[in-house]
Amino acid sequence: MARNAIIKVRNLTAGYGEDAVILHDVSFDVHEGEIFVILGGSGCGKSTLLKHLIGLIPPMSGEVTIDGDDISRCDEETFQQILKKIGISYQGGALFGSMTLAENVGLPIEAYTDLPPKSVAAIIKMKLGLVHLDGFENHLPSEISGGMQKRAGLARAMALNPKILFFDEPSAGLDPVTSAELDNLIIHLNRSLGTTMVIVTHELASIFAVAHRVIMLDKRVKGIIAEGDPEYLREHSQNRFVKQFFNRRAEP
Amino acid sequence: MKNRKHTLPSSFEVDRRDDGSLVLAIRGRMDADRAGEMIRGARALFAQGTPSSLTVDLGEVSYLDDFGSLVLLELREEMEGIKGGFYLRNASENVQRTLSVFQFDKARKDVVLGKKPKPNVFERLGGATLANADDLRYMVSFIGSVCLALVHVVLHPRSLRKEETLLTMQKTGFDALPIVGLISLLLGMILAFMSSVQLKQFGADIYVASLVALAMVRELGPVMTAIIVAGRSGSSFAAEIGTMKVSEEVDALFTMGFDPTRFLVMPKMIAAIVMVPLLTMFADLFSIAGGMLVGVFMLDLTPSAYLSETVRFLELKDIVWSFVKSGVFAGLIAWIGCLRGFQVRGGADAVGQATTSAVVSSLFLIILADSIFAVIRVYWG
Repeated sequence: MARNAIIKVRNLTAGYGEDAVILHDVSFDVHEGEIFVILGGSGCGKSTLLKHLIGLIPPMSGEVTIDGDDISRCDEETFQQILKKIGISYQGGALFGSMTLAENVGLPIEAYTDLPPKSVAAIIKMKLGLVHLDGFENHLPSEISGGMQKRAGLARAMALNPKILFFDEPSAGLDPVTSAELDNLIIHLNRSLGTTMVIVTHELASIFAVAHRVIMLDKRVKGIIAEGDPEYLREHSQNRFVKQFFNRRAEP
Repeated sequence: MKNRKHTLPSSFEVDRRDDGSLVLAIRGRMDADRAGEMIRGARALFAQGTPSSLTVDLGEVSYLDDFGSLVLLELREEMEGIKGGFYLRNASENVQRTLSVFQFDKARKDVVLGKKPKPNVFERLGGATLANADDLRYMVSFIGSVCLALVHVVLHPRSLRKEETLLTMQKTGFDALPIVGLISLLLGMILAFMSSVQLKQFGADIYVASLVALAMVRELGPVMTAIIVAGRSGSSFAAEIGTMKVSEEVDALFTMGFDPTRFLVMPKMIAAIVMVPLLTMFADLFSIAGGMLVGVFMLDLTPSAYLSETVRFLELKDIVWSFVKSGVFAGLIAWIGCLRGFQVRGGADAVGQATTSAVVSSLFLIILADSIFAVIRVYWG
């Protein structure tokens, strides 16, 4: 596996104003082609960190580089180029309510490729097939269940096979079977296309199934308390909270 | 011939054998950026002459995803169409895995994303009739629940959410004051100016004062204020409740044992009914001031003459009537705004529609109510 860092985070301080610093001086790398999981208890800043990685919120200080470009300081054009390299699967799907699933998935494909219309239809069908939504092409998001919306959101996120896929809580709200299928899909896509995956989750089963490397955030230190292979951390971590987390034990 | 060759992408290397078979070696990335070009290239290739069999050499492919497999699919289906053989060779392990993930063996290109059949004219007519009947029934039942909630609030005044009501009063009334004031000032000036052009010819300048006062207090003041409030607050009521409906907040209220009408509608209703008449009073004052500006500076009337003329013609009945009217308008605006909010089903676009509908319905109801008031006034004297 290639070891060059595709996402570099350096001395990132993140938050919403001076009084609400969520993460302080955080640095880490995400390597190309790996499945990288960001985890931690509720309120530790997982989602905030994700929003910083994809450029939705500018950092208070420090920098985030994706594929060599600093996303908070680059110009508009570079930022558009970066956006084409990433796909984001939002927690609730974030599908456009007025469009059918096919139109949702087809939107980026029609906008950013020059495929003939028939091939666009074929690709849409394939994408929805990958997330087991064949036959729902003409449904509106409001006509399908929450779990299905989520999968359709994933199909849209990977419409253009971006280099990096970000997932915000991919398995929250999915049944165990669907959730396991999603894990398999993540592994398959990662192996066959070499897509780098950055996943925010606290689903233990899913973490052990997919993660190559994890970082664990904690709100008390406002930063990373553990980094490495999840199974190793479960067995060997000296940190009490990390042990509790991986072994699913309550606060004593 | 040369032209056609030109359309083949540079990543294609074509080797036509003497036995009619064709070997196509593809180089480089087969991804979303190149797929369009490659599919057109594949079509050009077949336009140049159909081979008896096609072998695609994937040895030089550095990257292949589902867009790439779509290109292969296109080639395979072309060959199936002419019953020719289709073979892949030198596919790396990675490429093979990708093809199996995307189920290349089973995939078909000619998928029809069949649109839902459009209902015919009778079905749509019937559907629209039923929808309108439902709408009407809901409107009536909503009147009922608003009245019940009002009775409840009167009997149990403590159940009213006072902070919320005061906040809505501020948003509906106080915050609207600048725009209501400006518009009625200008309206008063316009009325005075336009009428003075005519009245001057008869030397009846002084009647500008009574004209402005009567027109504004009796008709335009309440109506203009109501229109502004419908645009500012009616729409916001609909959007607020609609968004709450979409995010299941209304359901949460209901299951927590709160009556959504009492909880959400009453503060808005009461705030509107209290504030809109006050706004109307300000509108009347500002328009009289506007008329006076024109009277004093353009018609050389003295302020005291203008004011005494205004007071001489205005009866208390007119002013009370004006307040009653605007109170009714306020009730209508709050009622229809909240109603449209509660009718939201679905997502963001439904909220947008509800907002539009709230404003349009309020405008219609305001004008309708105003004409009913006019008729009552004629017979009542």
